Amino acid sequence: MAVAEAAPEPPVEKPVRSGNAIRAKGLTKKYGDFVAVDKLDLAVDHGEIYGLLGPNGAGKTTTILMLLGLTEPSGGTARVLDYDPALNPTSVKRHVGYMPDNVGFYSGMTGRQNVRYTARLNRIPKGEAEDRIDALLKRVGLADAGDNRVETYSRGMRQRLGLADVLVKEPSIIILDEPTTAIDPAGVEEVLELVRSLADAGAAVLLASHLLHQVQQICDRVGIFVAGKLVASGTTDKLAAQAGSGPIEIEVVASPPLDAVREAVLNVSGVTKAVSDIRDKNMLVVTANRDVRAELARALVEAGHPPYHLRRRGDELDEVYRRYFSTHDSAGSVA
Amino acid sequence: MTGQADSLPAPRRRKRKNIRVPGPDAPAPKTSGRSATAKLDAEPRFRAGWRIIAAKEFADHISSWRFLGLTIVLALVGAAAVYATGGVIKSFAEQASGTQSLFLILFAPPASLQTLNQVPAFTVLIPFLIPLLGIAFGFDAINGERSEGTLPRLLAQPIYRDDVINGKFVAGLATIGLVLAVVMCFVGAIGVIQLGILPSAEDVMRLVVWWILSLLYIGLWLAFALLCSVVVRRAATSAIIALSVWLILSLFFTLVVGIVAGIMSPVAPDSGASSPDTVANTALVQNLSRLSPNQLFNEATGAILNPTIRTSSPALVTPTQADQAIASLLPLDQSLLVIWPQFVAIIAMTMVTFGAAYVAFMKQEVRA
Repeated sequence: MAVAEAAPEPPVEKPVRSGNAIRAKGLTKKYGDFVAVDKLDLAVDHGEIYGLLGPNGAGKTTTILMLLGLTEPSGGTARVLDYDPALNPTSVKRHVGYMPDNVGFYSGMTGRQNVRYTARLNRIPKGEAEDRIDALLKRVGLADAGDNRVETYSRGMRQRLGLADVLVKEPSIIILDEPTTAIDPAGVEEVLELVRSLADAGAAVLLASHLLHQVQQICDRVGIFVAGKLVASGTTDKLAAQAGSGPIEIEVVASPPLDAVREAVLNVSGVTKAVSDIRDKNMLVVTANRDVRAELARALVEAGHPPYHLRRRGDELDEVYRRYFSTHDSAGSVA
Repeated sequence: MTGQADSLPAPRRRKRKNIRVPGPDAPAPKTSGRSATAKLDAEPRFRAGWRIIAAKEFADHISSWRFLGLTIVLALVGAAAVYATGGVIKSFAEQASGTQSLFLILFAPPASLQTLNQVPAFTVLIPFLIPLLGIAFGFDAINGERSEGTLPRLLAQPIYRDDVINGKFVAGLATIGLVLAVVMCFVGAIGVIQLGILPSAEDVMRLVVWWILSLLYIGLWLAFALLCSVVVRRAATSAIIALSVWLILSLFFTLVVGIVAGIMSPVAPDSGASSPDTVANTALVQNLSRLSPNQLFNEATGAILNPTIRTSSPALVTPTQADQAIASLLPLDQSLLVIWPQFVAIIAMTMVTFGAAYVAFMKQEVRA
């Protein structure tokens, strides 16, 4: 059995390896005729956070399950730390910490007992496990709640317990599926900070999420994953640059009357469209093929309708997101 | 929900500080310092995954309400049966020599004694009830993990997938064995106190054999409940399915068998008790009813707990044969020989059912 070497090596003692931590080539998963993941090529290095971003149902979780050897790929290959997860799942799972989407715990057990069970399943010696659990519960902010039953936890607390649960085996690869979904904004920031520090310590992090805004700030690279296909991949800057060439939307509120404002706006070169906002009838949403905010301001002042509000909608990555998701995602599950 | 937990300022601030202290350095020296000592004592021992899971499940079971509830119910039912039998046993003890030991009669009173009783005998009530044990500790084994969302997390740990179902089966069986042993000791103690006789070594051996047989039989129901918990997504539905199969097999199966045998091998209205068509019909009824594990278990129970039983097909013994038989007691090994086929059949059924649950679980997608 391949399980003979029991001790999970702590990630810090292991220098950055030569190969990629995670590598997928042409990875495919079909359920009957439905292609959940379509020829995915992916590489994640140690010390790097890779954001797998896409709407719900894009195939992110299926991809993760294939990387963990929990479901068999229909085609292509995956390598995790040079192990083939389809052939050697236990070796992979010894080094990979996985937090599933909507992570669940035994509700009748305390948070500490739940993590202890995970430690036991990873054959971590008792004393060492207790030390790690203490440190981790403190680190995720559950030092006081650790001995309460999980059924009393909020979803945010469960999520943080999930992080402790992932880290107790001191994984060198961390896979997080929607780690920020249920947490309030302050909690999100903490979780992301924690994840960043893990990557800085040398772990490879694969972070799947549909909440681009939340995770983009800590990702070194992101892949936009829609309907089983990786439609774009690279650093956030690179993706934003690609998207920056497209049309943008600018919100304009200026002193009325609205028709005169619209006329002045449409006269600015580059503006293609100006319509009232759905919610705020006094606000114009101006579509332009480049960032024309300066010209708009000048034109409006000259026309005698000084602007009160002039804002570009979303940032560059938002454009990426909207573009890819609106054109590729037929389900439209992401706003 | 989220707000109440995340708005606690104190732990958060502490945590922040922890993050800022460059995360990697905090655990690193500790692990290297510890692993030296850890390697000396606990490290080299490698526990199989199923044992870890079984240990956790067993601990869960015996601290659960269903364990307590079932133990109490079974103990009360068993005590009532034994107590009632004990009340009428004197009349039996006076008339008979060459019968089985009085201690065993407590558990398995002969038919003549059972008619005197208000309460059905131990060997009638308990075999009827014990499948409940198997169902109770198995019906939510897998779908419970699914609905709590713990299954993906569990399977992401370095264990094999079959460790989960194997561990759960073993834990269930161990729990059931414990319940049954507790109940039997309790009931036996009542018998000892009430009658003032101690069981002989052979009595104890027969009860131990019966305990093993029961364990196998309940194991069949446990495997069936596991199968339901794999195939059916909702725990309540799975429980209802398992319970209805149990009720059908224990209540209606004999009726159905009688009807089917009547159609397939009809008996002429005027044929005598030993006419060929009656014998054929009886044989068919017996063979068909042996498709039910309940029947097999009841036959085996009778032979193990009652040394006067010398055939597992009492219905096919002709009056002449019965008349000429010399009443005597079979030793345990002979009793075992009589019901060995039943024993093997129950083992086979258990293995097939567990195999089905195993295969279904291994083939299932992890995602709900």
